[in-house]
Amino acid sequence: MFSLQPRGYVSQFWSWGSPILALLLTAAIAGAIFAFMGRPPLLTVYTFLISPLFAPEGLANLAIKAAPLILMGVGLSLAYKANVWNIGTEGQFTLGAIFGGGAALALPDATSWAVFPAVLIAGITGGMLYALIVAWLRTAFNANEILTSLMLAYIAQYLLIYLVTGPWRDPMGFGYPQTAMFSDTADGPRVIEATNLHFGIIAAPVIAILAWWILGKTSFGFQLRVLGQAPRAARFAGFSENRLVWLSMAISGGLAGLAGVFEVTGTQGQLTTTISPGYGFTAIIVAFLGRLNPAGIIPAGLLLALTYLGGDAAQINLGMSNAITGIFQGILLFCLLGADVLILYRIKWRKSAGARA
Amino acid sequence: MDIVINLLVSVMAASTPLLLAATGELVVEKVAVLNLGVEGMMLMGAIAGFAVAHETGSLPLALLAAIFAGMALSLLFAFLTLTLQANQTATGLALTIFGRGFSALVGAGYVGISAPTLPHIHIPVLSDIPVLGQILFSYDPLIYLALALLAFVAWFLSKTHAGLIMRAIGDQHDAAHVLGYKVIRIRYLAVLFGGAMAGLAGAYMSLAYTPLWAQDMIAGRGWVALALVTFAAWRPFWLLIGAWLFGAMMYLSLYVQGLGVPVPSAFLSAVPYIGTVVVLVLISRDSRRIRLHRPAMLGRAFQAGN
Amino acid sequence: MTTPLLQLNGIVKQYPGCLANDHVDLTIDRHQIHALLGENGAGKSTLVKIIYGVVHPDEGSILWQGERVTITSPAHARRLGIGMVFQHFSLFEALTVAENIALGLDNPKDRVNLRDRIIKISASYGLPVDPDRTVHDLSVGERQRIEIVRCLLQNPKLLIMDEPTSVLTPKEAETLFTTLRRLASEGCSILYISHKLEEVRALCEAATIMRAGRVVAQCIPAEKTARELASIMISADLKPAHERRPAPTVGLPRLVLNKLTLRATSEFGTSLKSISLTVSGGEIVGIAGIAGNGQGELMDALSGEILAGKPETVLLDGKPAGHLGPYDRRKLGGCFVPEERNGHGAVTTMSLSENAYLSAHLRGALSKLGVINHRRTNTYAASIIERFDVRTTGPAALAKSLSGGNLQKFLVGREVMLDPAVLVISQPTWGVDAGAALAIHEAIIALAAAGAAVVIISQDLDEIFQLSDRIAVIAAGTLSEPVPVAEASLERIGLLMGGSHTASEAPAHV
Repeated sequence: MFSLQPRGYVSQFWSWGSPILALLLTAAIAGAIFAFMGRPPLLTVYTFLISPLFAPEGLANLAIKAAPLILMGVGLSLAYKANVWNIGTEGQFTLGAIFGGGAALALPDATSWAVFPAVLIAGITGGMLYALIVAWLRTAFNANEILTSLMLAYIAQYLLIYLVTGPWRDPMGFGYPQTAMFSDTADGPRVIEATNLHFGIIAAPVIAILAWWILGKTSFGFQLRVLGQAPRAARFAGFSENRLVWLSMAISGGLAGLAGVFEVTGTQGQLTTTISPGYGFTAIIVAFLGRLNPAGIIPAGLLLALTYLGGDAAQINLGMSNAITGIFQGILLFCLLGADVLILYRIKWRKSAGARA
Repeated sequence: MDIVINLLVSVMAASTPLLLAATGELVVEKVAVLNLGVEGMMLMGAIAGFAVAHETGSLPLALLAAIFAGMALSLLFAFLTLTLQANQTATGLALTIFGRGFSALVGAGYVGISAPTLPHIHIPVLSDIPVLGQILFSYDPLIYLALALLAFVAWFLSKTHAGLIMRAIGDQHDAAHVLGYKVIRIRYLAVLFGGAMAGLAGAYMSLAYTPLWAQDMIAGRGWVALALVTFAAWRPFWLLIGAWLFGAMMYLSLYVQGLGVPVPSAFLSAVPYIGTVVVLVLISRDSRRIRLHRPAMLGRAFQAGN
Repeated sequence: MTTPLLQLNGIVKQYPGCLANDHVDLTIDRHQIHALLGENGAGKSTLVKIIYGVVHPDEGSILWQGERVTITSPAHARRLGIGMVFQHFSLFEALTVAENIALGLDNPKDRVNLRDRIIKISASYGLPVDPDRTVHDLSVGERQRIEIVRCLLQNPKLLIMDEPTSVLTPKEAETLFTTLRRLASEGCSILYISHKLEEVRALCEAATIMRAGRVVAQCIPAEKTARELASIMISADLKPAHERRPAPTVGLPRLVLNKLTLRATSEFGTSLKSISLTVSGGEIVGIAGIAGNGQGELMDALSGEILAGKPETVLLDGKPAGHLGPYDRRKLGGCFVPEERNGHGAVTTMSLSENAYLSAHLRGALSKLGVINHRRTNTYAASIIERFDVRTTGPAALAKSLSGGNLQKFLVGREVMLDPAVLVISQPTWGVDAGAALAIHEAIIALAAAGAAVVIISQDLDEIFQLSDRIAVIAAGTLSEPVPVAEASLERIGLLMGGSHTASEAPAHV
């Protein structure tokens, strides 16, 4: 057995070492699970984690999957820093897609350069307004934001289903639950012509760096951090908790909406009932893995994006269910939360020979 | 008349998984631990129960498997949050994310096939009483078990010394520690109980309520169970009322869809979730009442200063 | 010579970075009331926790009635016959008195007919408690009685009392002493932990004095003067108490409260009832009172953390501020030091520099257009550290790495150096060593001399009498009429603290 000894300080080494240790542990545990399922562990882990990078267009796919994760992870990191537990980003993502997609569908023939920005703004607005419902319920009625934001995510999914199977269904779509395709103008420009590389892949890192600056250098970022670490001290300093809840929900919701609208305009070109493979929930892992530090969100988003590609690769190459993406993500978060103990504590083994103290 | 009886019977069934999971979570929260992983544990219980029932044909074994699956996941939660001091909110979310993925992976081979279903009891004479027999004596055994467990938990928490210790730990863990109570050990036990109950609740879904396995079949019921505990303000009796209320919302949204009313089915499907938000808002408004009943240490880490 | 009841030999307890007990010896005889004296941080609490089985020593032996024992847990200690009354953290607010007592009784037999036995024992020792009431409704004194009754139900041979009078009125303390003397005469030894010298001299037959983890003296307290005891207890030679400062030249009113009334925000809080007070520039007003009589609420209402409703309820330099939050009150010249350092006055997980920014960003002009000026902030933090001799590695050090006294100096310095018009400090020297306390007192006096209006809210009567020009008492949410310190006697203040309103109140009807 072991006991935990407080270090008395925050270990900088383990703040960044813990995600790496967690990743290695996760690979090992996942390998063990694969072996248990009768799969060759090394090949499976290789297929899952490494092979997607060398596949044709692997890096482009990675960037496309990482963009929404980074955008949402950044928003969540600001909210979580302030102890505002928005876990309904999936719903805000969906509302962004609905608002942005709705704007695109409403302007099928417009060719003005202003169409795409308008679509983006519509998407941001959708996500933001949806998140502000949560902020309103918390500040006005004291309702727990974890539960309300999550319930709203379910509701958003049904709203999407209603729209694409009802009023917005493409009359030419042979009855499939999908809308008409958006116009090229509404889909927005590409970073490289004739690819799926939409401008979300540029926006994500830019916004991450901007958020890093806000959190570390501005009074607003400081206020968020104080609220999260010592709400009583925030009140003492005169920082309004309600205002910070509204702002952090608005930012995380707006960024989720932006992720949603980039996703449907940039990669899918229409609305369907399955616009997100759980990006909103994965973004929660991204936020934690990135240490709630917007700069750390970028590598974390890339890694989690890889788990989606890995799931597809395992499905195609090994005939496995792509559900292993979820398992891998869950284990990764477990390992990270466990490894984080090293940041504040030293592990002291008892009764075990040869263990280093 | 028959419609009313059928409604009552169906609402009882719809409320049972909520009641089982919420009873477990109530105990967990009474010792001031917040396990947000109920949804994940229910999914694990659902697939474990279904798979074992399909493979062995034995329902008792299936229920045991479900209980163990829920407990296994909750043990992981306990280890991370109680031993390694990890953040409870994040760990609970991890449980749900993992439970979703794992159940989907294991369950991939069980989609669209059948397994034995929990039978409804039939007590000679009693079950045959018109109306009353149907309303009181014609359910599957888990419904009775759920009610019995709730009664047991209510009695245990308020009347036994062990229950008193649990309430004390929820109120002031440092004081309990100083008096010599094993805070961490007791919390482990409570979390394991919560896991077992969530596993059972999941099995009820896949073996009785909709006797099938489908990916993500818990569909937010784990979260509703969490809301239920807040709704009940940590009081067992109100848990029962809440379970019936939420169960009724869940069932009615299905029932009305079946009637073919001219309302889009997606809206009706969303009703239980909208209802949950509305109920949460209504009960949370009175923050004094919540604070009065809420275990004071809820969600806070405890470390024995050694 | 009979064997002593308890004998500790060479007890050592090492914590990371701190040797809490360094070869401590302690002997308690039967029937004895034995004082354990020492400053905060001298190692008293650790030693007591070792005796009660909460903490296990690294070295040393414990003899109980002459036999060597290893006390494994509090339950074990209670089985041996050791009872303890804690200063903090020992009652469950949401449970009833009877339930609280039951939790301290390990033997199920002790819990039979518990209600009746509680009533009986509390009556026979003059410790009235109602077994069916919920603890959060009870006063501090009542809570202490519960703990004592809980111990007595187990017929202890040794009763440990940790700073029992720090929460009592002088009169309640007298009653407690009577109970303790009676217990001792009936055969129960008492280990009495305190840093209050007069009280120890009056009550205790023997004393063990600790400093920095070591036993520095053993004596009979009645044979020493309080000054002698203090000089043993405190490492540095005791500086003379402050000269009573001359009566201040009082300026214009800078802080005015007009019938401040505030409903308690929680079940456990105290409502403030029509509090009026005027504090002028150059003046220090002390507010005495037992903990939990509305001090926290008053502090929040003064700092603006809770709004007081009508603007005219609070005037800062003549300007209405009752409707303003902390930010705007600072704009008007208010500065505040709350009672709790950790998580209220300071964010312990942040650096000193960030903590300087926390409340000084406005008056110190530490940001521009919402962007933090890190250079100015660091300079400001460094200047606090220098002027107040804060022992730390520098502005980048985390607040939690500082000792309580050093952090308090930093927090007081942070506000004092903003040149406030009005300074309100709650518990200025709570848990602070003597050197830091002196520095803080000097800073407060200097600030008043420079023309600020200062309010001190403190439970420490010595401190109140030392610093204040006028003294008022808060009891059950009501503030008494302030009296000049020259006219205030300890007895009169003590009576007011107990809630008897002898001071006349002249409500000014407008």
